[in-house]
Amino acid sequence: MYGFEALTFNIHGGYLEAIVRGHRAGLLTTSDYNNLCQCETLDDIKMHLSATEYGPYLQNEPSPLHTTTIVEKCTLKLVDDYKHMLCQATEPLSTFLEYITYGHMIDNVVLIVTGTLHERDVQELLEKCHPLGMFDSIATLAVAQNMRELYRLVLVDTPLAPYFSECITSEDLDDMNIEIMRNTLYKAYLEDFYRFCQKLGGATAEIMSDLLAFEADRRAVNITINSIGTELTRDDRRKLYSNFGLFYPYGHEELAVCEDIDQVRAVMEKYPPYQSIFAKLSYGESQMLDKAFYEEEVKRHCLAFEQQFHYAVFFAYMRLREQEIRNLMWISECVAQNQKSRVHDSVVFIF
Amino acid sequence: MGNERYCFPTMDLLRSEPMQLVQLIIPIESAHRSISYIGDLALFQFKDLNEDKSPFQRTYASQVKRCGEMARTLRLFKEQMMKAGISPSTRSTRDDGLDLEYLEVKLAELEAELLEMNANNEKLQHTYNELIEYKLVLEKVGEFFPSAQNNAVARQRELQVQPIVEGSIDSPLLMEQETTSYPVKQIKLGYISGLVSREKSIPFERVLFRATRGNVYLKQTVVEHPILDPLSGEKVHKNVFVIFYSGERVKSKILKICDAFGANRYPFSDDLGKQFQMLTEVSGRLGELKATIDAGLLHRSTLLQTIGYQFEQWNLLLKKEKSIYHTLNMLSINVTKKCLLAEGWCPVFATNQIQKVLLRATMDCNSQVESIFQVLQTKELPPTYFCTNKFTSSFQEIVDAYGIAKYQEANPGVYTIITFPFLFAVMFGDWGHGICLLLATLYFIINEKKFSCQKLGDILEMVFGGRYIIMMMALFSIYTGLIYNEFFSIPFELFGPTAYGCRDPSCRDATTIGLIKMRDTYPFGVDPKWHGTRSELPFLNSLKMKMSILLGVSQMNLGIVLSYYNAKYFENSINTWYQFVPQMIFLNSLFGYLSLLIIVKWCCGSQADLYHVMIYMFLSPTDDLGENQLFVGQQFLQITLLLLALIAVPWMLIPKPFLLKKQHEERHRGQSYSLLYSGDDPLESKSHGIHHNHEEFEFSEVFVHQLIHTIEFVLGAVSNTASYLRLWALSLAHSELSSVFYDKVLLLAWGYNNTIVLIVGVIVFICATVGVLLVMESLSAFLHALRLHWVEFQNKFYEGDGYKFFPFSFTSLADEDGL
Repeated sequence: MYGFEALTFNIHGGYLEAIVRGHRAGLLTTSDYNNLCQCETLDDIKMHLSATEYGPYLQNEPSPLHTTTIVEKCTLKLVDDYKHMLCQATEPLSTFLEYITYGHMIDNVVLIVTGTLHERDVQELLEKCHPLGMFDSIATLAVAQNMRELYRLVLVDTPLAPYFSECITSEDLDDMNIEIMRNTLYKAYLEDFYRFCQKLGGATAEIMSDLLAFEADRRAVNITINSIGTELTRDDRRKLYSNFGLFYPYGHEELAVCEDIDQVRAVMEKYPPYQSIFAKLSYGESQMLDKAFYEEEVKRHCLAFEQQFHYAVFFAYMRLREQEIRNLMWISECVAQNQKSRVHDSVVFIF
Repeated sequence: MGNERYCFPTMDLLRSEPMQLVQLIIPIESAHRSISYIGDLALFQFKDLNEDKSPFQRTYASQVKRCGEMARTLRLFKEQMMKAGISPSTRSTRDDGLDLEYLEVKLAELEAELLEMNANNEKLQHTYNELIEYKLVLEKVGEFFPSAQNNAVARQRELQVQPIVEGSIDSPLLMEQETTSYPVKQIKLGYISGLVSREKSIPFERVLFRATRGNVYLKQTVVEHPILDPLSGEKVHKNVFVIFYSGERVKSKILKICDAFGANRYPFSDDLGKQFQMLTEVSGRLGELKATIDAGLLHRSTLLQTIGYQFEQWNLLLKKEKSIYHTLNMLSINVTKKCLLAEGWCPVFATNQIQKVLLRATMDCNSQVESIFQVLQTKELPPTYFCTNKFTSSFQEIVDAYGIAKYQEANPGVYTIITFPFLFAVMFGDWGHGICLLLATLYFIINEKKFSCQKLGDILEMVFGGRYIIMMMALFSIYTGLIYNEFFSIPFELFGPTAYGCRDPSCRDATTIGLIKMRDTYPFGVDPKWHGTRSELPFLNSLKMKMSILLGVSQMNLGIVLSYYNAKYFENSINTWYQFVPQMIFLNSLFGYLSLLIIVKWCCGSQADLYHVMIYMFLSPTDDLGENQLFVGQQFLQITLLLLALIAVPWMLIPKPFLLKKQHEERHRGQSYSLLYSGDDPLESKSHGIHHNHEEFEFSEVFVHQLIHTIEFVLGAVSNTASYLRLWALSLAHSELSSVFYDKVLLLAWGYNNTIVLIVGVIVFICATVGVLLVMESLSAFLHALRLHWVEFQNKFYEGDGYKFFPFSFTSLADEDGL
């Protein structure tokens, strides 16, 4: 599997790998989180963050801060990092980097379509979109009435177009259909990304297939749990699972017929890598599953940095930063709403 | 004496100032003022007593936060001033009555005022931009309707069809459809007009087409100049568009698409009269708005100017306050919360000053309790602090760049003041070049006051910082230049006529051999007659090479002597007897002897071959010297010296580790007794324990260290002496380069007897002299002198593992950029 990456990787990828590793060194550490968790006000958080890489982004914010400002500025830092790397990247790294944003694009599309369905203001929705998943005509999504229009009007110009081929129906848009659309798109996206990484070969393929397989399996479990008790048929559910990952194909058969969370758990515990996720959870509990998954994900992403000369570090860095921003959002919310006892509920320490 | 020390710390550069660890107990009410006065004094380095606390858990976190907030306001002002093109006045009036509370209120007021003004302005600007866009739409669409009509009419005539031409403005555009299909029913077309940014115009058109299945007609015209977008306020290239459509559903779709693309829509009337009326109305309102906006801007710029007037002062005050609070945060607060506890280093001579300042702070605050100043005993190594002035500081910088001296270690900076420029000059000996350098650096020194307050570029700043070094270097190169008798490589008979002359009057050329000595030896430096002779190079090489060795050996000896002074100062007799003495013997029995031979040879003018003497001193010391003998008993001396050198090596290597071991064991034994003796005092035994841990003794490590040290010295004695030959090499390169430029450029150009060639030649000569000789050569000579000091001189004695005294001071704040 190993190619001779060490020989040629640095010609194009060396600079950016150095950059991304430098960025990773700027991620908040456990001691940072401990300090942040002790903060009394949002200003304290700002003061603490001013000593980190977020400093320049927050220093000019006037004092009554809001959680949204903090999150917005932190996201801006991530976007700046990303844009800088994308500017410097050459093929095939630039395509790889673009692939990372497609997930956000799908989320944004779904957000806008759902929002329009519930008659929200488009501008307001646009502000909520993740800046990494923006594309030119995103606001036009509001015009579409059904899937076919959605595709024909807007998405045909975006990189998401090929993923849409599976879900073009002239059905009207409703919550259920949108959710199915999201998952279908995600499935197609993950499979495409997986194929792309396989094509790249070498260490990138090896590590990325591991990371993506985890992602696919997590989505499969989430789909299963969320669809329990809905009118989604087993076959439809089966169709939403991505065609790779550890669960593929036998695990999928079993997941498709699950009727409650403990059955899902039974299926997952057959797979050694996922046993540890359930080790800390009691039976029937699904609240903490998300956090357990996030923790596992962070661990895998951190491991990606252990090897050199591959692209998975970029993917891992973006995901770790996103997790960090989620942590910051949670901490700030807890601080802002005086719920400090719950700070540790959903913060995932990265280091 | 003590009083004198207090006023002017003596310029004892050899040893760093004696320091003491001091504990201050300051009552909380006078803390701020005390710290501020100490900051003015700039002689106290605070230790952080709260290292385990995060920034926002410290006592004065809220004040630091407030300062941060004010700093943000100031940044906002600065940004606004930059945008408005107003620079803050550099010379601000001193007003000490300003305090933080007042400033905070004032800044908040000004910020609110400024923001309100900006908001108003923005609103007006928004309306203004909208009106501009509206006007553009009116003009462009207005142009385009009649032209379409004319076009249609023309085509109609061509086609020779006679349908009833409706007065409607819609029909000309639909001419084609109407002519092909019969106008069975009248379709009422609606239209929307507006502006869309140019880069979005293509996707806009495409989406419109897709959404309406091609059932619209879109017409776009380009607006030549970029216009301000009302929403973002940025300059954007835009297109004016008109969309014709039919039906309400299509209309709602188009409206949504327009919103999605950020296209601003404006109503347009097809009635010519109405159009005209609207145009005049819009123009009128534009004029009004323009006047309002201008008035607003004027008001704003006066506000900014008043801010700019005091900006620097506020900025400085804020930086000062922030640094005071940061310092206060380093103090530990007493349990009773009545007083703060500070620890830090200060020079011993500053004791009185600090006490006085603390007293003043207590008085000024009307505090009941005085601050307490007490000296602590510590085992910790104090920081190194040299009282330098503007002349010595740059030389001290040279030493500090290598490593900060250990506390009270002999400071090579003292000798560097003379030796550094001197070694530079040995390599840069030309009094013409020296005068050029001197003039350049005098310019900096004379305009010192002017330059020191303004900001210079990177390189210029460096030159300015080292102006006194350059001055010394220039003076010394004038001196060595006179010795070498070089002025842009032209010899002068400055100190009387040359000693040599021709045997017979027919020879004029100096290159011909056979000159005889006619008068006394030339009194100072090299005889000018040597210049240009065939034997010039051998003569100068021999001179400079020998000189380099003499200089090198004496500088290295100085280094070893300094190590003796260090050993004496720190009362380390082991170092004196087992390091200094054998090192001295080793170096001088080999290279000291060589120096002696050189001097003897110079004095008696013997023809002995010194290479031969030195080499055979090692290879066969007992052989007869033959014609190379310089003085009686030389052979005996050589054998003695050789034996001494051989003894010196094990002397350096073996005794010291064993003695150290013995010393350690003795101390250890004594310590264990004392530990038993005062076993009931827990504090003392604890401190002893720490002491014991500190001096873990590993014999093998010490021995290996000593081995390395010895080998380094023995090999170093040879290689360092050889290294001093760079003095000769660089000086040779310099004189040869300058003679090349003089002969091959200036004299060649002179030979052509042509003014233009001469001018070109002179220009080339000047450029080469300045660029190559003055700048590059001086740089390389500087670097080599630096190396000789850092490596060859300082490795003989300099530890350089101290840390610098960094007092809390306000003077450095003003230089820092930003907040």
